[in-house]
Amino acid sequence: MEKSFRNKMSRDNGASKNEVIVMENVTKSYNEGAPALNGVTLHIKKGEFVFIVGDSGSGKSTLIKLLLRELVPSKGTIKVMGYDLARIKRRKIPFFRRKIGVVFQDFRLLKDRNVYENVAFAQRIIMKSNRDIRRNVPSILATVGLAGKYKSKVNELSGGEQQRVALARALVNRPDILLADEPTGNLDPGNTRDIMKLLEQINENGTTVIVVTHNREIVNEMKKRVIKMNKGVIVNDEENGVYIDEDY
Amino acid sequence: MRIINSFFYAIGQGFKNLTRNRWYTLASIATISACLFLFGLFYSIITNFQYMVHAAEEGVSVTVFFDEGTTEDQILALQADLQVRPEVSKIDYESADAAWEGFKEQYLGEYADGFTENPLADDANLQIYMSDVSMQPALVTYLESVDIVKTVNRSEITASTLSGLNKLIAYVSVGIIVVLLCVSIFLIHNTVTIGISVRKEEIGIMKYIGATDFFVRAPFVIEGIIIGIIGSIIPVVVVYFIYNEAVVYIGTHFAMLSNLLAFVDSTVIFEKLAPISLIIGVGIGFLGSFITVRRHLHV
Repeated sequence: MEKSFRNKMSRDNGASKNEVIVMENVTKSYNEGAPALNGVTLHIKKGEFVFIVGDSGSGKSTLIKLLLRELVPSKGTIKVMGYDLARIKRRKIPFFRRKIGVVFQDFRLLKDRNVYENVAFAQRIIMKSNRDIRRNVPSILATVGLAGKYKSKVNELSGGEQQRVALARALVNRPDILLADEPTGNLDPGNTRDIMKLLEQINENGTTVIVVTHNREIVNEMKKRVIKMNKGVIVNDEENGVYIDEDY
Repeated sequence: MRIINSFFYAIGQGFKNLTRNRWYTLASIATISACLFLFGLFYSIITNFQYMVHAAEEGVSVTVFFDEGTTEDQILALQADLQVRPEVSKIDYESADAAWEGFKEQYLGEYADGFTENPLADDANLQIYMSDVSMQPALVTYLESVDIVKTVNRSEITASTLSGLNKLIAYVSVGIIVVLLCVSIFLIHNTVTIGISVRKEEIGIMKYIGATDFFVRAPFVIEGIIIGIIGSIIPVVVVYFIYNEAVVYIGTHFAMLSNLLAFVDSTVIFEKLAPISLIIGVGIGFLGSFITVRRHLHV
């Protein structure tokens, strides 16, 4: 495993034009204690499906926050879709984020609005015309299997359905990258499989998908690239990888 | 076209926010209304005080008598001189003949026939009314320095009482404004804090999706302005009715004070109070929402 990790690292040393995420030697330190991320180098190509796995405190959340430009790296460079996130101007951050769809474990939907409005909201942000919104929103809701529930309030939906709404919202603006932070963390096994199937389908349509997860079963089943993190560093990066708990 | 769409969307969302967070909306309206209600009451009372004091000031006069042999032309020249002074509002000239006529009419009646000459021949006088009673000592000093002036009659106690009352009103005004300001800041701070907890998650979501600061802020600011407008109309209407009722009540129950208490007409007060309240209300609503949202825009 160690050998394959080294091979991967050397292969990615030269950044290709095909790469949508390029992190070079990134360190993120908070005020106290050891750095949350320590010298991480990571290259992700367009159209890849990547799992990022690791225990709590391994640095996964910090990595996601850095990729969303919620945090700024203490050292190193991060380039996402050509945006240099260490140098990007504050007023340009919204335009950068529109290129990334994001899905969270707790769905983060606007609870006082219905399914349609939650998805349409993402389109309104990029100033789509009402006619486009009326065309795009039902189409994406149909893709995630919620065509019949567009009028429902989101808090009337099941966890699986809420995550589909979040996915529809993340996808409606046709992002280049979909970032899913523990998307199945609050779902039962049936819904987990459905959501993962959807993510795979989205990836097959050309979107780069990055999934942060604890779910070994899903990771091991899907045979995708697996990046394992521990104590702020990448300890393993493998195509068709598996997620094995080394304590066992 | 797209910008117009977004503009109307922001306005629509601003209105919808009012019902989405009903308790927050009610708390905000109540806070602004309470502050402006106190302001309205205070403003009405102070305006009336000032009006009454000013009316009393206008009744205070200084009477000037002249040396024997002073001609009417000299007196009229002095009158013209005084008329240009800013503290002087009105000057009445009473000739010796007019003074005698008035005296006869008031005190002597038919017994005046025995007088062949005017006994008040040297009592021609100027009665000077002031617009600013606090300037009375300076005016008296000037008058006493004029050659033809024999005596200057004035009521120092009235003048000093009125100018003291004016100062007192100014101090009380500043004091109450400071207290109201502190109360308002405290109440608005609390309401904004509630607003932050209600909005934190929503603003975070908007920012993650890629909303610009303007897009996030616009509906909240519009909501704040609407709250400010409602929050200022309510107290103005309430104070208007209370004011009119109070004037009628005092007029009927304290009729003996009617000479002392002259109230300002409600339209005079409210044509100033209404726009001032509206500006303050909208200002508070705008700033409150602007600050609330700003705290969470750095996501």
